[in-house]
Amino acid sequence: MSSKEWPLYEVFIRSKSGLSHRHAGSIHAADDQMALDAARDTYTRRNEGVSIWVVRSSEIVASDPAETAAFFEPAEDKIYRHPTFYDMPEGVENL
Amino acid sequence: MTYDAALLAYVSRLGDNALILGQRMVEVVAAYPELEEELANANFALDYIGQARMFYTYAGELEGKGRSEDDFAFLRDENEFCNCLLIEQPNGHFGDSVTKLVFFDAFYLSLLGALKGCKDARIAEIAARAEKEIRYHLRHNTQWIVRLGDGTAESHARVQGSVDSLWKYTGELFAPDVVDRTFADEYGGPDLEAIHDQWKTDVKTILDEATLTMPEDGWMAMGGKAGRHTEHFGYMIAEMQYLQRRHPGASW
Repeated sequence: MSSKEWPLYEVFIRSKSGLSHRHAGSIHAADDQMALDAARDTYTRRNEGVSIWVVRSSEIVASDPAETAAFFEPAEDKIYRHPTFYDMPEGVENL
Repeated sequence: MTYDAALLAYVSRLGDNALILGQRMVEVVAAYPELEEELANANFALDYIGQARMFYTYAGELEGKGRSEDDFAFLRDENEFCNCLLIEQPNGHFGDSVTKLVFFDAFYLSLLGALKGCKDARIAEIAARAEKEIRYHLRHNTQWIVRLGDGTAESHARVQGSVDSLWKYTGELFAPDVVDRTFADEYGGPDLEAIHDQWKTDVKTILDEATLTMPEDGWMAMGGKAGRHTEHFGYMIAEMQYLQRRHPGASW
């Protein structure tokens, strides 16, 4: 018996057609099919989804927290990039 | 056997299979090797218990004596349960559990497919719901038996042992008794011979992929459908029924 842990997968769930997949959490699995099943059994038990993506956590390229200043702060004062001059139609939730 | 008696016995038996398998799986809740698989097992157990509730509720209505689903589950004795012997076998190791579920689910999925088209509307309705659950269970457990069979030398040897030791309980699934025959004749119920052929094809495909050897048919254990159970069964329902027997009518 090996005590090695199975690889970690990130789980993304689409809650209904038309919306985008959102990160739901992570699970351990030995292969891709097992990851998909485990994601289904762990994160869609209460009717949360219509589609699942799983991806090995090690395959995700993430930004470096040490570079937050250079990466994100320059956008803080560019108000002209926000399209705030449009009227939102009433009742539209997912624009 | 009258048509009505056969229908009641048939529905009650469907409930017994679902409940007893669900109860067996509940026994290993909080003791599974991996968290993700633990959740899957608990989900599957609840699927079976949910099906048992629907079958027992219907059985109570057919009987017309005011018995509820709980009366069927908790206040009947060992010889009144007519589930097959395969599913009452102890959980054993993980390979045993997986093999048992593959054998049963491959049978149950074909059975539910046939029941969807039977003349009793209520059974057809429950079968249509249950079929979707079992299709997933079989998919999930098939992947596991393939991983174990086609895995390491040790996992292969152990799961081949599971296949060999559980095989003798598979014959009973397809051996029709008077209830099966009456239900087939009068209600357009499943043809167990056709289901057996389908099962052999399906199981052979799965075992081949898992690089496991399908055993030859030899002596088969029978009796579950007539309420004669293996030695494990009494202990199992004693635990299941303890609370209702000790505190009659207790509820949440």
